[in-house]
Formats: sequence, C-alpha cells, structure tokens
Amino acid sequence: MNRSALLLGAVGLTMGLSGGLSGMAVADTSGKRIALSNNYAGNSWRQSMLQTFTEAGDKAVADGVVAAADAYTTSENQATEQAAQIQNMILQGYDAIILDAASPTALNGAVEEACNAGVTVVSFDGIVTAPCAWRIAVDFRGMGREQVDYLAQRLPDGGNLLEVRGLAGVFVDDELHAGITEGVAAHDQFKIAGAVHGDWAQDVAQKAVAGILPSLPDIAGVVTQGGDGYGTAQAFAAAGRDMPLIVLGNRKDELQWWADARDENGYETLSLSIAPGVATLAFWVAQQILDGKDVPKDLTVPFLKVTADTLDETLAATPDGSVANTVYTAEDADKVIAAAIAAPSENGAK
Amino acid sequence: MIRLFTRYRILLPVVSLALLLGATFYMQPRAMSYFGLNLLFNLAVPIALATLAQMMIIMVNDIDLSLGAFVSLVACVTATWLNDAPLVGLLILLVLVLAYAAMGAVIHMLDLPAIVVTLGMSFVWGGIALFLLPSPGGVSPDWLRALMTIKPPFVPMAVAAAVLIAALTHLLIMRSGIGTVLRGVGGNARSVGRAGWPVVRLKALAYGLAGLFGVLAGMALVGLTTSADANIALRYTLLSVAGVILGGGEFTGGKISPVGAVIGALTLALAASFLSFLRLSPDWQVGAQGAILILVLTARLLFTRRDAQA
Repeated sequence: MNRSALLLGAVGLTMGLSGGLSGMAVADTSGKRIALSNNYAGNSWRQSMLQTFTEAGDKAVADGVVAAADAYTTSENQATEQAAQIQNMILQGYDAIILDAASPTALNGAVEEACNAGVTVVSFDGIVTAPCAWRIAVDFRGMGREQVDYLAQRLPDGGNLLEVRGLAGVFVDDELHAGITEGVAAHDQFKIAGAVHGDWAQDVAQKAVAGILPSLPDIAGVVTQGGDGYGTAQAFAAAGRDMPLIVLGNRKDELQWWADARDENGYETLSLSIAPGVATLAFWVAQQILDGKDVPKDLTVPFLKVTADTLDETLAATPDGSVANTVYTAEDADKVIAAAIAAPSENGAK
Repeated sequence: MIRLFTRYRILLPVVSLALLLGATFYMQPRAMSYFGLNLLFNLAVPIALATLAQMMIIMVNDIDLSLGAFVSLVACVTATWLNDAPLVGLLILLVLVLAYAAMGAVIHMLDLPAIVVTLGMSFVWGGIALFLLPSPGGVSPDWLRALMTIKPPFVPMAVAAAVLIAALTHLLIMRSGIGTVLRGVGGNARSVGRAGWPVVRLKALAYGLAGLFGVLAGMALVGLTTSADANIALRYTLLSVAGVILGGGEFTGGKISPVGAVIGALTLALAASFLSFLRLSPDWQVGAQGAILILVLTARLLFTRRDAQA
C-alpha cells in the first residue's frame, strides 16, 4: 500500500478502493445504516460523486463496516423536495444521513427533525446551517492562498501575476479571489498585473486571456480557479509568449496539457481542486461519529493536489472530460477530524 | 359501484389516498405511528394550503402560474420582516393579499388571460423575494415554529391541520352564500352578473382568497423549514394545479372540492414518499409520480364516461 500517496490525498480511484481499513475500530457500526441525500445530479462532478459514493459504500457494506450505504437523489434541485426526502430517511430508520444540500437554510427544519430522532446528519459541499448538523466545507479562500504560496516557493524572485477568475458574482469566485488577494499581500514580491473572468470554462478563459495579453508585461505566473488552465495556456502559446507557471484545476485536459509540456520541456506546476469523492469523506466522518468518536461540528475538505510525482497516476485514472477524483478512506477522515481539533479557528474563516 | 363513484366525486380521491397510504404502511411499517404520520405529512400542509389557493383561482376559470414564486416571497417576508418587525411584516403580507385581489380585478376588467398575467407576476414576486433575501437565510418567528411543531394529543399536527383546513374551507366555499356565488362565477359569470352581482369584486375576492391561502402556505412552510430561500417553493405552482385536479376539481365550470383538493395535496406528497420507499431510481421517480397522476385521472375519466352513458 503506497501510504505516502494516500497521505497526499492524490491517489487514483482504483488505488483508493484498495486502500485498506487496517487498524480501524469498525465493529461498532456494522449494524448502522447510512443514506446519502443528494439534491442534483445534472453535471459530471455530481455523477462522479454519486458513482464514487456507490462504489465506496458497496465496499464498506461488503466489508461489514456498515449495514447499508444508500444514495438518494431528488429529481429537481428543490429544497422542499429534499426536505421531504430527509424526513423519509428518518422513517426508513437510517442512523446517519450525509447531505449535499439544495439550500444552506431551507432544510434546517428537516435536519432538526432528524437530529431529534437521533439521526446523525453530516452535510458536505452544499452545507446546512442547522447547529445540530456536521459541516464538511470547502475552504475556497485557503485554496486561493495556497496557489500564491506555491508560486512564492517556485518563484522566490516574484514577478507579475495574471489572475483568471470564475463566474462574476458567485460566492466561490469571491472567496477564491479573496484568498488570492491575501496570498499576494503575504508575498509582496508578487503583483497582480491583470485579471480576467474565465467563467471556469476553457473556451471563455482562452478568449479572455488572449484579449488582455497584448496589454500585459512579462507574466511569471497565472493563478486560476479550475476549468480555465488549459484555455489560458492555449492563449499564451498562440500569442507566442513565454509559458508562465500556470496553477491548474485538476481537469483532465489541464492535466493532459501539463503531461505533454513536461515531456517536451520539463514543465512543472501544481494542480488543485475539490474531488467529487468528498462524498466518501462525509461517509467516513459519519461512520466515525456513529462509532462514538468525538468529532468537531465544522470540518474542512482537503484539496486534491496533483503534483509532478502523482501526475501520471492521476491522469491515467481520470476519464476524458472529467475531474481528477479520489476515494477517501477512514484514515483520511481521521486526519480531517484531527486537523479540525488541532486548529478550530481556521474553520471560522469561511 | 361505479355509480357510487360518479355520484360522490370525493370518493375517488379518498380511495386513492387510502390505497397509497395502505401501500406505504406495508412498505414502511414505521410510518404507522404518531411520529411517522407527522413526518410523512407535515410538509404536505403548506402544499395543501397552496393547493387551496390555486383552487380559488381555478374556481373562477383561471389558472395561477405565479403561486410558487408568491409562496416563496411570503416565505422570505416571514423569515425576515415578520420575525424582526412583526407589525411591518403583517402589513407587507396584507399588501401582498391586496395585490392578489387587485391582480384578479385587473385580469377581469381588461379581459386579460390570467395565464399570461400570472406568469408575468411570477417574475415580479421572484424579483422581490431575491431583493429581500439575496442569499438564503432568515429565521422563522418562534410562535410560528412552535405552531408548526405542536404535538396535539392523539392526532399528529399534520393530520389535524389538514382536517381543520379542509373543514373550514369546505364551510366557506361549499356551504356559505358567498362561496356559492363565487363558484357561480366559474360556472357562468354572465348570469351571475345579470343577477346583480358585481363580478369584478367577486373575482377580486376569489384572487384575494387565493392570496390569503398563499400567505398561509408560505408561513406554514417557514414554520417547518425554520428559514427561507427565494426559490424555496417554486415547485408549488405545478403541485397545486395537480392537487386540485387530483382532488376532483375541473379547470372550468367552477367545479371544485376543497376537501378533495386537500386530499389531492396529501396524495401527491405521499406519492413522492412512497416512490422513495420503493427505492426506485431517482431517474424514474419523476416519471412514476406522473404515472400515478395519470392513473388517477384515467380512473376519473372512466367513471365520468360511464356516467354519461347511463
């Protein structure tokens, strides 16, 4: 078992599945039933999430860790429907519900009903604000900071940065941008020379970057939000400019481009995003809570980082048009919980 | 037996609900309890109120496509103003009811198609809701939360509320004089007008009643969810139309049944739960829900045909 790869959280799907539960106290939850309440299934990230959860859940059931791990999806992304779905799960006698919520607030009534009935509720990605539920949130701000930290480490002399942003007016874009701004303030050798909106899409990013490039000085690095790295690289190549250090976002085409550039000229960068397998992390957190472990209510999703060491492995495991994924294990859940216990204040940043 | 069904239109919705309830109890015996019934039906209470609101509009031969957005707006007002400044909140809700009444009057006076006006208004309600609550949040007033989670003896809140709402609306629409005249507007507005009734005011009254029930639906919803979201009840537009028709109402002629509408709403809510207990794949659930609806409507059509032949 390649444990160091596991620690990096950057294992391919197949590796993650073979990742053992060795050393876990799992007997106590063998009679427990866990349900996934999902609000939407209309994009590749969600499809990937459901598939990963089903695989990991079936494995856990086969291993006797839990009695059931069932996935339910509402037909439309509607809070009232999902609230009814959660209430049905209470009736079905599930011991824990993991939840990607349609609304942070509109499900609170149903979540409270569940808590009152003694059901453990763990929300992830789309989290709920009900105090009795656990939250596994994405630290987008930290993701922005991390990009600049990486650039500072690779480019100690600093330089000009280009920022490719997401869809204007969306919370995720604001948070990532705030994180990047904080990162640039911390590393004052960098300066944001220009910013464009790439809308998390390769074609939009390519057009936007191509449009702003002629007006820019030499660019040393590009910070992105995922889904826009490949388009950015294409724009730089088309303009005949030196390829800057582009931080990528785990999309298959981005990773493929990186692998090609590496084979050609030894290009090295960092790619990071949130893995759809976060549903399996929520699953293990729920299992640990059912096991009687004391888990803080606010946890943070680790980023799935692809480094030069894990690039080939990840690339091989990622289907075309998809996003790099990982299946989290009980050990990963342990680490996330330990991190939250060690630094509770960091989770307040969102 | 067929004659029995045609004579008592209410029988079909009652039998549909009973069958579905029996199947649900068989699938999930845990539902057969005070606690279980409440969980099964508490989210049907706002749907039932919204269905009655839609029924008021269908009663006068119109249809309301803005109901879901309106209930969402009420939910936003309830979770913000009604909680922070109850008097201002009540005033806003009152204005909303009056706006509904005015909408009915305008539709009648200018002879506009209700389907277009209400579709347009749905964007207005949605816009105001987003303005009030740009991101999901707000808090349900404590008294409302207490009311919706009350635990009466013997009968769970959801069932008690459904019976109470159905009975009161039945008295108002089926038994009272004004209710009969309102149904008459749907049946034959011209003769009601010739008989000396001001049809504009009657239509405004019907729409105002719809607004009132819409407000009650939004408040009940917030009492259950504890907070609001500008898109919280968009599904209610179609659910409410389906509920009215499932409950024995018809799109024209003022033929409606308040008790049937409440039962129709409960049936729809139960159908969704039943399908989820069946562990049917989500891809099939929407279709299956539609199939149940078509099944009941087909049964009704068969009975009406037989009746016509007899």
